[in-house]
Amino acid sequence: MAGKTKDEILHDHNDDGVDRRGFLKCMAWAGTGAFCVMQGGVLKSYSMSRVAEMNPGEMKGELSFVQISDSHMGFNKAANPDVAATLQAAVGKINALSAPPEFLLHTGDISHLSKPEEFDGVEQILKSASAKDVFYVPGEHDVLNDDGKGYLERYGKAAQPGGWYSFEKKGVHFVGLVNVMNLKAGGLGSLGNDQLEWLEKDVKHLKSSTPIVVFAHIPLWAVYPEWGWGTDDSAQALGYMKKFGSVTVLNGHIHQTMQKVEGNVTFHTACSTAFPQPKPGEAPSPGPMKVPAEQLRSVLGITDVNYVRGQHALAVVDSTLA
Amino acid sequence: MRRNVFAVSLVVAALLGSGGIAMKRQGFVASAQDKRTSTAEVKIDNFVFGPAAITVPVGTTVTWVNHDDIPHTVVSTEKVFKSKVLDTDEKFSYTFTKPGEYPYFCSIHPKMTGKVIVQ
Repeated sequence: MAGKTKDEILHDHNDDGVDRRGFLKCMAWAGTGAFCVMQGGVLKSYSMSRVAEMNPGEMKGELSFVQISDSHMGFNKAANPDVAATLQAAVGKINALSAPPEFLLHTGDISHLSKPEEFDGVEQILKSASAKDVFYVPGEHDVLNDDGKGYLERYGKAAQPGGWYSFEKKGVHFVGLVNVMNLKAGGLGSLGNDQLEWLEKDVKHLKSSTPIVVFAHIPLWAVYPEWGWGTDDSAQALGYMKKFGSVTVLNGHIHQTMQKVEGNVTFHTACSTAFPQPKPGEAPSPGPMKVPAEQLRSVLGITDVNYVRGQHALAVVDSTLA
Repeated sequence: MRRNVFAVSLVVAALLGSGGIAMKRQGFVASAQDKRTSTAEVKIDNFVFGPAAITVPVGTTVTWVNHDDIPHTVVSTEKVFKSKVLDTDEKFSYTFTKPGEYPYFCSIHPKMTGKVIVQ
């Protein structure tokens, strides 16, 4: 690995876990993808091009799952006139994994306009995935017009009234958060007091050795507040995670991969299965980025996460659809 | 790339009583001085309300038009008005019958803010 440190994220030993030190240790942009493995408190990140050089054993664990995001079913503009086809391609990638993942996480913007037929379309396509269970959190596009009523009726039955929930899989504690509701003028994503109170209680009883995976749509770290890419009260939420040795935060929303480490927390955003968005500040707005059709699938993707029990390691692999 | 709409749509709102309005396209610009017929347009382009602040006389009907590929909303911060979700090229109109300042934002992208000043 010597001489290749540029591609690695090294653990930042801040205690606070929430400040801006160690900001953006590594960015892996759309189309490149990243494989991350955290071992003994040190997290390393590899671009997808290097995953092929790795020992497959390093990527295997007792628990693996796949994150997909931002399917935007119903979107039909120039940036991607066929979002169903690219979601189907993502499922093809999932099904091509050597071992089927335990389940799927969808980090929101399932639909483009919150229409029932759009949710139906995504569910239909995901039925063909090798993993049958799908855990969702809503994006802002899923809760338009009706304060999320349609989304909650469909996906929130086992969740708290506001749509957030947690579950355990093989010793890993997963927390699905909702940060796209009741947004305030001029603000960012928001969790709100009810959810924060619930979260504090939810993780309080857990042993500090429990690996935690938090997933929500809008990034829980300040990726680029100028474009609304952050969550106003995420610091409070992450404050409840301070005692844990391994916390991984998975988000969507920004349609590109980005990673950073802050203290005990590793942040990761996933590509969209529908269309790419520009890098922060590199366009007048965060609107859909139009790329030549032959390049589209290289900037869309899925995230494959592996948990290795006993080492507190989460391996995150972003793979493009190309 | 993005659709640029250079032609200003000329909309005349004829006030029917105090509340209800009927709108139809006409080939002339309404006089800003005529309270009963004045109109104004705010464009949504690149996640920005343009102009961000607009000053209009009482009785003006303001129309927001979304030129983005992404849906937006127009929601009064003080809950005076609220649009449905506006997909590409969809419009929302509201007639301001009382003087005052009306801040608003996009509830989907709350960093997008604007203000209507009614005099």
